[in-house]
Amino acid sequence: MVAAFIHRAIMQGIPLLFGATGEIVTEKSGNLNLGIPGVMYVGGISGVIGAFLYENSLADKSQANGFLAIMIPMLCCLLGSLIMGLIYSFLTTTLRANQNVTGLAITTFGVGLGNFFGGSLIKIVGADVPSITLSVTSKFFSASLPFASNLGWFGEIFLSYGFLAYLAIIIAIVTSLYLKKTRSGLNLRAVGENPATADAAGINVTRYKYVSTCVGSMIAGLGGLYYVMDYANGIWSNNAFGDRGWLAIALVIFTVWKPNFAIIGSIIFGGLYIVHNYLNQFFPFIPVDMSTQELIKMAPYVITVLVLIVNSMRRKRESQPPEALGLSYFREDR
Amino acid sequence: MDKQTPAVSLRHITKAFGSKVVANKDVSMDIMRGEILALLGENGSGKTTLMNMLSGIYRQDSGVIYVDGNEVHITSPKDAFDLGIGMIHQHFKLVDVFTATENVALGMDKKTTGGAKEIAKAIADICDRYGFDIDPKQKVYNMTVSQKQTLEIVKTLYRGANILILDEPTAVLTPQETDKLFAVLRNMKADGKSIIIITHKLNEVLAISDRVAILRKGEFIGDVKTSEASVQSLTDMMVGAKVELDIERPLIEDRPLLLSVSHLTCLDKYGVKALDDVSFDAYGGEILGIAGISGSGQKQLLEAIAGLQKAEAGSSITYNDIEKGETEELIGKSVSEIKKMGVALSFVPEDRLGMGLVGTMGMSDNMMLRSYQKGSIIFTDRKTPRDLATKVKEELEVVTPNINTPVRKLSGGNVQKVLVGREIASDPKVLMAAYAVRGLDINTSYTIYRLLNEQKKKGSAVIYVGEDLDVLIALCDRIAVLCGGKLNGIVDGRTVTKEEVGLLMTHIDDSKKEDEA
Repeated sequence: MVAAFIHRAIMQGIPLLFGATGEIVTEKSGNLNLGIPGVMYVGGISGVIGAFLYENSLADKSQANGFLAIMIPMLCCLLGSLIMGLIYSFLTTTLRANQNVTGLAITTFGVGLGNFFGGSLIKIVGADVPSITLSVTSKFFSASLPFASNLGWFGEIFLSYGFLAYLAIIIAIVTSLYLKKTRSGLNLRAVGENPATADAAGINVTRYKYVSTCVGSMIAGLGGLYYVMDYANGIWSNNAFGDRGWLAIALVIFTVWKPNFAIIGSIIFGGLYIVHNYLNQFFPFIPVDMSTQELIKMAPYVITVLVLIVNSMRRKRESQPPEALGLSYFREDR
Repeated sequence: MDKQTPAVSLRHITKAFGSKVVANKDVSMDIMRGEILALLGENGSGKTTLMNMLSGIYRQDSGVIYVDGNEVHITSPKDAFDLGIGMIHQHFKLVDVFTATENVALGMDKKTTGGAKEIAKAIADICDRYGFDIDPKQKVYNMTVSQKQTLEIVKTLYRGANILILDEPTAVLTPQETDKLFAVLRNMKADGKSIIIITHKLNEVLAISDRVAILRKGEFIGDVKTSEASVQSLTDMMVGAKVELDIERPLIEDRPLLLSVSHLTCLDKYGVKALDDVSFDAYGGEILGIAGISGSGQKQLLEAIAGLQKAEAGSSITYNDIEKGETEELIGKSVSEIKKMGVALSFVPEDRLGMGLVGTMGMSDNMMLRSYQKGSIIFTDRKTPRDLATKVKEELEVVTPNINTPVRKLSGGNVQKVLVGREIASDPKVLMAAYAVRGLDINTSYTIYRLLNEQKKKGSAVIYVGEDLDVLIALCDRIAVLCGGKLNGIVDGRTVTKEEVGLLMTHIDDSKKEDEA
């Protein structure tokens, strides 16, 4: 039962990990992209569209090519979220629009766009339920190692996921190393801390902001893809993605802008997100009714607030947000 | 060594911001190799703008720059580096959470610099060569202002700069630190480097430079050999008219006690004691100077009096209201109550727009921030602030296209004039002015001193926090010296010497300040 809980917690945590890693990369450049929920949503629906087109182009769905079934949705997802990242970068970096307003607009836009295409696809299929199922594609995305189920709890906790889950962890580790160890990562952090300094040091501030925001968006978009194809078994229904995008942004604060912490953090968040379903199993002697469960659902947010409070009180310089976060940079400004 | 070709030549450089403000107009000048050139000019005369064009921050509208006789196009700071031009900005361009090494490595290619070890070694080499002292592993936020500046210079040298531009490098240094900096600059000059230094302190210009170039209202006025110049001649060239350079210090006989501070202790935002048991009295008809290395608790002291800073238990600040004949405790009162009693704070922080002014509002709206609560009807009175703004603009010669132009768009010195002018205009009983002349040119500075003296003659108590010891000694009746948050003595401004004050500023045995020897 505990193994099953951890398994579900990790499944819940992976989209958050993608979202948080993407947002950390973005925020390190000083761009506070509050559009991440929209970006992840668009990432998901783009993957769904890709998968839908591929599945429908096949005469016999059982003949689906595994490579294409994965690559097409994935490329569509990356492209969709890249476009969202580009829109955000263009508005905030080139036109120097307010980052908060732009981010919120991107979220509204992304969710609307996703629901529009989601609704259209459901209509095209003419399904009885308001959802669209891409079971063929999902099969490839959620395929885990064949012997995982023979290894008991070990297999269930560590080996029972689709490849995107492992990709999320690899991306988080690579990002962490990139930020900490490489010269380019140093430059990126400088851009987020103090763009005027970075500029004076000969770093192309605009390029760093664009690239990190776009790459960050693509990473976050994969979270949306993972959610539909693996977690939800290929079933897209509008608004099912819920508040996971906001949770990913909360996770960024929770992990004090460190992608390697985000790996553990995402699992904790994932666990907190679903723990209300398990309370009655874990503690059968304490009855928990529906309304209490709703209260428990807010645990990740409460913890994020607590982390913010503790961090602000400790005032350790290394655990503060990038100093220029949310500010536009213009060289000739004075 | 080709001594004849100038290291840098500027020819007919013009730069305008928007359509109205012309920062530089047809400037032509040369900088030789192995020379220290002082660039002098009033506030808003375009010194910093001109240098920013050399370092690639701005781009000139017209005109040509030659380096070593070749025409160059500097479009970014990187271009400037490639040409060996490095600028130490007034506001340091350092990333606080990075170490010294990381700051030096910033923007450089790892292939050319090697790893952290190689950079640390190169930093040590530069330090040995010119007599610097920095720890490559120290985080910038733990550094003193002087260390940060040193790091900036090392960073610039590491990138192979042959032409160094320093924008008001001594503004935040103690006299001892300034001497150290000048020694280093002389070493660099002997090494064949060209140095351009922007400063308002004329005695420093005379001490360090070989030649002085003067800008006035964006135009190049001319240059003189330092050996043939004097404070008076430079000032006259800068201003374009004869300037009276004596600070008067009238002795007022009637000096009632207005403010007394006793056992004042305050914590800073990290919970460390910023002020430790400070007690003193301020009298009307007197200018009380506060001296101290920046960050010794001056800010907390003034803010505590103004009601902006929380004081610890046991502290007491009392205000003597002479007209009512009452003594009132200020601690626990709100900022506006204290202000109503006639205690005004004109604090000019390092970030001029951070406190006191709203950058996006014009002069007249900023004047209104002080008076919007006055008046009996619900509509605000716009006329009085507008008249005041016009008066301040004329009296202090604020350069602005219009009194409604956002103050953010004015040059630093002009912003300051607005701030100080407004506080003095409110006719306070106790006027606190901190760094009122920081970054101001000599002409405007003297205008401010005159205004402070006027307040003093009216019987107000003036508390003046300053950095320039020469001015403090010439202007103030008494000087209280802070050192690491403690009051290290109150001396008579008429008899004390600069060295004595300097010693009091730095010398408490248990203080954590580094040894200045």
